[in-house]
Amino acid sequence: MLRRLALAVVFVLTTLPAALAVQPDEILSDPELEARARVLSAQMRCLVCQNQSIDDSDAPLAKDLRVLIRERLVKGESNAQVVDYLVSRYGEFVLLKPRFNARTLLLWGGPFAILLIGSLVIFLRRRKGSGLAVPEQALSADEQARLDDILKSKE
Amino acid sequence: MIPEIGQFALILAFVTAIYQFSVPMYGAWRGDSRLMAVAPPAALLQFGLIALSFTCLTMSYIASDFSVQNVFQNSHSDKPLIYKISGVWGNHEGSMLLWVMVLALFGSAVAAFGGNLPPSLKARVIAVQGSISVAFLSFILLTSNPFNRLDPAPIEGQGLNPILQDPALAIHPPLLYCGYVGLSIAFSFAVAALIEGKVDAAWARWVRPWTLAAWMCLTAGIMLGSWWAYYELGWGGWWFWDPVENASFMPWLIATALLHSAIVVEKRNALKVWTILLAILAFSLSLVGTFLVRSGVLTSVHAFAVDPARGVYVLGILCVFIGGALALYAWRAPTIKTGGLFAPISREGALVVNNLLLTAACAAVFIGTLYPLVLESITGDKISVGPPYFNLTFGPLILPLLLLVPLGPLLSWKRADMWAASQRLWAAALVAVVVGVAAMAWQWRGPWLAPFGAALGAWMIAASIQEMVARTKFRSVPLNVAWARLKGLPGAAWGMMIAHAGVGVMVIGVVGITAWKQEIVTVMKPGDVMQVGSRSVTFLGESPISGPNYSADRGRFSISSGGNKVSEIWSEKRVFKPSNQPTTEVGIEPFIDGDLYVVLGDRAPDNARTIRFYFHPLVWMIWLGTALMFLGGCCSLFDRRYRVGAPKKAKAPIIQPAE
Repeated sequence: MLRRLALAVVFVLTTLPAALAVQPDEILSDPELEARARVLSAQMRCLVCQNQSIDDSDAPLAKDLRVLIRERLVKGESNAQVVDYLVSRYGEFVLLKPRFNARTLLLWGGPFAILLIGSLVIFLRRRKGSGLAVPEQALSADEQARLDDILKSKE
Repeated sequence: MIPEIGQFALILAFVTAIYQFSVPMYGAWRGDSRLMAVAPPAALLQFGLIALSFTCLTMSYIASDFSVQNVFQNSHSDKPLIYKISGVWGNHEGSMLLWVMVLALFGSAVAAFGGNLPPSLKARVIAVQGSISVAFLSFILLTSNPFNRLDPAPIEGQGLNPILQDPALAIHPPLLYCGYVGLSIAFSFAVAALIEGKVDAAWARWVRPWTLAAWMCLTAGIMLGSWWAYYELGWGGWWFWDPVENASFMPWLIATALLHSAIVVEKRNALKVWTILLAILAFSLSLVGTFLVRSGVLTSVHAFAVDPARGVYVLGILCVFIGGALALYAWRAPTIKTGGLFAPISREGALVVNNLLLTAACAAVFIGTLYPLVLESITGDKISVGPPYFNLTFGPLILPLLLLVPLGPLLSWKRADMWAASQRLWAAALVAVVVGVAAMAWQWRGPWLAPFGAALGAWMIAASIQEMVARTKFRSVPLNVAWARLKGLPGAAWGMMIAHAGVGVMVIGVVGITAWKQEIVTVMKPGDVMQVGSRSVTFLGESPISGPNYSADRGRFSISSGGNKVSEIWSEKRVFKPSNQPTTEVGIEPFIDGDLYVVLGDRAPDNARTIRFYFHPLVWMIWLGTALMFLGGCCSLFDRRYRVGAPKKAKAPIIQPAE
């Protein structure tokens, strides 16, 4: 029941258009800190939305997180510290850019592995085909005869 | 009565599809021409029946017949007519009906225009199309019937989600489906060719125009969706790497690869086995996309588990068709003879690199989209994969491709001289460097990648123009001769140059909006002025207005540049009946250097409003670039060789005695 309710809430929230995001009262007076806050919040997932960063979302939770990030930055924490804090509170799910570890090895390595394997297959097949372009096969006796016929008839 | 006719027609279409699949397939196997000959009429009949069914549903929507459950859930009597009609495909059941209608349309197009195909190939292609219809018609009839009735009939409907009530979004799904489903033709041709065990130039000439048409629809469909997101969602985002977007982007990438590899099959009789695989993959990814969007698996793995009937059914279809086609491929592909050897540095080699990079880029999108789902269902761990991931994987894979695009067409078939080809590009390289430096001077803030991106775009545009100049020998022949040459260029050459230039134009637009975007969030009272870039915007005030099915507050703004008033725009906050759902209409004023984008926000104390200003530099180039790609597709589609004698049956040459 609770799960259904949660789903219903998620559904309602995700159907709302995201128009607002950062509010004027949230913006820090220090432009450098504000810029860092924007970069960080673009990499954090809004947990109650469907595939939106907290920078883009106008959900109340996203606002809370934006404010939280700014508070931590004002306290003098580094970007990494802020990220670590958010992960400790909400889990890896909050990161739009997953960390590289054993579980995400295939995620990060997969596309490049496919490029590598593809190149290797092409290279090996070419080697098998004896390197540079082999001249096209010579005409068979039949074909030569037909070619001669055609050439003769044109004369 | 009308919904029952629609229901009945749909059941008849299902029966026809079974017939269309089984009889011609059996006939082709037995070599029985009478059995094969039933394929075209069956395909036409199936399309007619589905079209009838679709018309019935549309009529129920237009009449606001709320006794039909689907109409009740997705329509409202106050909606404007166009959104009553677009509401037909604005929901699961109706959009699946549209899906099978487009599928049947393509099948009947093969039936109607495939007169010069070898009979057994034609019968098999139509039969495979029929088998896809069987699967999806049974899906609709068993799990997603759009004609279910309600008794007693409600008085008013629940309405269509207001952000979907938009002209671009009204035609976005039909276009996208033409693209998705159009790739089924390439799939059917590939499967039929595997069964026949024969792939030749004629086959490629048949497949390429269909793929091209589907690719064009997909391009236009994706662009419309992106454009809609840009002006409707309210902050000018145009691409989000959202799973639903990725679902349409993956088939697009593979279809692009297929378009290029089919050229090699056609011209050089090489890469045949690979091209067949791409044709299978392209449609398989369309099916994967349909599964992702239609099963509910995206909202949450749990949503999928709560109502699994639909998801499991589509997953079943997916496994049967992809698995079946790949198994057939593994079994039959080794028997297909390959021909046309080529050196690594050659046009063929360049197209192989194109295919490799596009496929790897598609793999990045695929892995990024599905990884969280797979990881969660296996280990229970929840992770998110968002835009930063795609920028770091898709980006590095697609950049080298874009860099190499101008070089490919300059290489000759079979064996080419790389040095000679690159020397011919010196002018384009010069233009690229100038543009890169100019971009750095114009906007030196922003990431270092931005000037490089601008140079890359310029490189592609300049190389296309240079190629055109070279082909007409513009500088060495009189102008009228050059003009005649220009007009005489084959459509495919025009298509390639325009489409490649289009990609370059789009790259510059993407760089503009990503790297140089400006954003101002502020609170304004009527009469306040805000400087946005080189222009100043005055908040004139707001007034309440009412639309056909909504009421709104409209804020008006006047834009002036250098003291002169340029124009006036407005932005609205709307509240839609009957759901009381709020939406925002943004105000956009396009200028040559970019769009000025104004969003009316929430009320603030003292009669003030939160207002957001954005300046999106060069964003029009994204739309122009995609439009050019589409136009390039058109030019290529009308190439003479697809119409004149192309797919004629190969005959042994008859030698005429010379007179």
